[in-house]
Amino acid sequence: MNFREYKVGARLFSFALGSSMVITLLFPAMEMGAAVATDIALDKQLSAGRETGFNYDDPLMLGWGKPSKVLVSADPVSGQPIPATYAYVYPAGTPFPSGILHPRTLGSAGAGLSEKVGRVGEAQKKSGAVFLIKSDEQKHFYIENATATLGWAPDAVLKAALDENVAHVGAGKTQFVREGCWWCHTLLPEQTQDWQVFGAPPMLGDFNGESPTAFGSDRKAPDLLHVASRNSSKEWMMLHFFNPRLVQPHSIMPRYDYLWGEKDATGAKIDFNKWRAEYTEYSEGKRADAPEVPSFAKDSRIRDLVDFMLSLK
Amino acid sequence: MLKYLFAKNEDIPTGTAAVFFGFSSIVWFVIGTGLGSFNAAKLAFPDFVMGNEFLAFGHLRQVHVHAVIFGWISMAFAMAMMYITPALGNTKLWSEKLGVWNCFLWNVGLSLGLTVLWAGITSGREYSDFPWFIDLYIALFIAIPLSLNVWMTVITRRTQGIYTTNWFFVGACFMLIIVFLIGNLPEFFHLTGLTEAYLTWWFAHNVLGLWITPVAAAIAYYTIPKVTGNPLYSHRIGHLHFWSVVVFYSTPAAHHLMSAPLPEWLKSFASVEGVLILVPAVAFVSNILLTMQGKWNMFVENLEIRFTITGCLLAIPLNMQGGFQQTRAINWYVHGTGWIVAHAHLALLGFSTFLEGAAVYLGLQTLMKRKLYSLTLGNVHFWLLLIGFAIYWISMTIAGLIQGAGKIYEVPYIDVVIAEHPYMIARWIGGTMVFISNVVWLYNMWMTAREGTVVPAGRMPHELAYER
Ligand code: HEC
Ligand code: HEM
Repeated sequence: MNFREYKVGARLFSFALGSSMVITLLFPAMEMGAAVATDIALDKQLSAGRETGFNYDDPLMLGWGKPSKVLVSADPVSGQPIPATYAYVYPAGTPFPSGILHPRTLGSAGAGLSEKVGRVGEAQKKSGAVFLIKSDEQKHFYIENATATLGWAPDAVLKAALDENVAHVGAGKTQFVREGCWWCHTLLPEQTQDWQVFGAPPMLGDFNGESPTAFGSDRKAPDLLHVASRNSSKEWMMLHFFNPRLVQPHSIMPRYDYLWGEKDATGAKIDFNKWRAEYTEYSEGKRADAPEVPSFAKDSRIRDLVDFMLSLK
Repeated sequence: MLKYLFAKNEDIPTGTAAVFFGFSSIVWFVIGTGLGSFNAAKLAFPDFVMGNEFLAFGHLRQVHVHAVIFGWISMAFAMAMMYITPALGNTKLWSEKLGVWNCFLWNVGLSLGLTVLWAGITSGREYSDFPWFIDLYIALFIAIPLSLNVWMTVITRRTQGIYTTNWFFVGACFMLIIVFLIGNLPEFFHLTGLTEAYLTWWFAHNVLGLWITPVAAAIAYYTIPKVTGNPLYSHRIGHLHFWSVVVFYSTPAAHHLMSAPLPEWLKSFASVEGVLILVPAVAFVSNILLTMQGKWNMFVENLEIRFTITGCLLAIPLNMQGGFQQTRAINWYVHGTGWIVAHAHLALLGFSTFLEGAAVYLGLQTLMKRKLYSLTLGNVHFWLLLIGFAIYWISMTIAGLIQGAGKIYEVPYIDVVIAEHPYMIARWIGGTMVFISNVVWLYNMWMTAREGTVVPAGRMPHELAYER
């Protein structure tokens, strides 16, 4: 017995599946691949670094090898004041995002400008680099390698900045993906009815270089794409992550107190059991005030996450 | 099992691989639904078990999803393929040893993959959450060996033609490999942005449409004629079903991202193709129900038929929902709400699970040549599963409609959360019934292996009377 009688069928099958893939994969990929990166896309990829899902540089997904987003108001070389601007600092050894490695993913105009004017081709992973987002008169956004154009060294920028001006946005996004925030929250306001409450939906060029997009498909909780425009209080975020029911008694959001780690901002050990016991007394009405939430350490995972939340404008 | 890994192929009794796959799938079913019920409890009572990263909702949700899809559903498929493909080709499985290894590597790989996900190490892409090394493992050690065994068994068959079920098996194995390798391209080659997001949903859509749905249907094309003794109502309609799955089901992936800035033509195209999924759906359901002519008494009397027909009947609301909820007119209302979660469970816990349940019941009894240990426990399994599922589905559908209304009328979010709370509790109760029913099933199958009455040679298990 053999397959002979099924030759027609087998050919038709490959034809059908092949055409389906041409229409639903090849055509859209060509179209989306030509999208021109907006400033939003440049900001997202420069703050998140190479990629957020599992990768060699961060195999345990703890936020290793991620850049910092730094608010700079004085030139780190000369010390002269300059208009406040965000610099994306990649210390030596930090992997670069796709816009630096493959500028053509930025779309035609952005790619040319980033290479010629922005000199991104000269950025070296070995020595690190500092990037800025710039635009020309026609509002074409591109990436500038400030290490090459202005002589800003990553360490100098970090040293000149106050800790409150340094945001661990990339490492925070890692926490967002790893802790599964996107099973309840979305990062995609819908085009139809979300304008009023959750803000503007994203546009075609807003995603170039972002991976993963972590849109989320279930929305059991508010959309977060513009959350910091509604609420930019670090204090509120801190209380809310430690125990959402401190600020919102009916919330179903889980407690993320474990992201504080062992020690608080002063270096003292956090006694979680005591806190929980006191909170239970409080929620049963046996105590007038809720226990004090410990403030988090500078290098805790929660700091990264809060930095990421506050960057979502 | 271990002793068969290194035995000679000829020394391994026929059906060993299928029996191992059958029991593995039930064990994963118990684990997967147990996790589902735990997650549901966390959504209903957010302070239930806290302070431990590894028991957090965000870490366990994807473990539940992958345990049921790759553990329960896909292993039950493998069991069905290793049992049904040779039976329909009037031959033996091409390599029993490959089958046993396949089952062993599958369990190892899945445990590894779930552990990695559990630790929070993920690709961050829904349904293709496994990091790329697990994806490669699945393609190389799970999907390809399984397909090889199915294809070679069909090639070495001793019948002239190939029966409907086997076309579906052969085609679906091929499509699974393609979908797995192409859907994970972003992880292999660092693709980013919208392309990555779209490929994520291309994978999610096609793994359901080209693997889970057709294989589940193919199983029904075997079980119903085999147990009732009626020939399949129409092979022509079977053809229609097969070709329309390939043509229509492989194209509407973009309907999962209707609110993302994908090209407009793509969204419209996906929407139209998505309605056309009703073609294979109607073909399948009518073909199976018409095959039952004159044997409807078995729907009441016979456990396997009852499971299969229930699954087919659930395919009706499933496809009505599926066809219409993805059009723009309706999608904007239900997108991202509990309605979709209800729909996902109608597809996987309703339609597909009932069909596979029947195949595992039938296959294990036939291969072990033992009659089911207890009909009572079988009935308890069926009813707990059906009622638990119904509670789940109804409560999440209502919760979804509330969320949809909250969305368009711009109700403060927290009021929506409060309004949903009773349905979250109902979902947890329903899901827990499903979990309990599966523990009962595992016990029943285990006792069947040990104490079920021996089925005499040349007879089918359903021809014997139950003893308990
Ligand atoms: C079980 C679902 C769930 C998970 C998981 C979850 N949240 Fe929430 N979240 C909610 C709900 C419900 C609300 C609305 C009620 C409230 O304010 O607590 C909320 C509110 C918020 C808000 C305030 C939004 C606003 O509009 O003011 C922020 C910020 C937030 N969550 C961040 C996170 C982050 C970051 C994570 C992951 C570490 C996370 N959430 C995980 C359910 C969840
Ligand atoms: C064979 C049985 C089951 C299958 C195949 C299955 C499959 C799935 C799938 C695919 C999802 C993702 C849904 C989505 O993203 O829209 C999911 C989510 C979920 N499942 Fe199941 N499931 C099964 C049984 C159960 C049971 C018994 C429970 C117990 C209550 C349960 C509880 C949940 C919960 C709580 C979620 C998360 C939903 C959310 O995030 O809103 N599942 N399941």
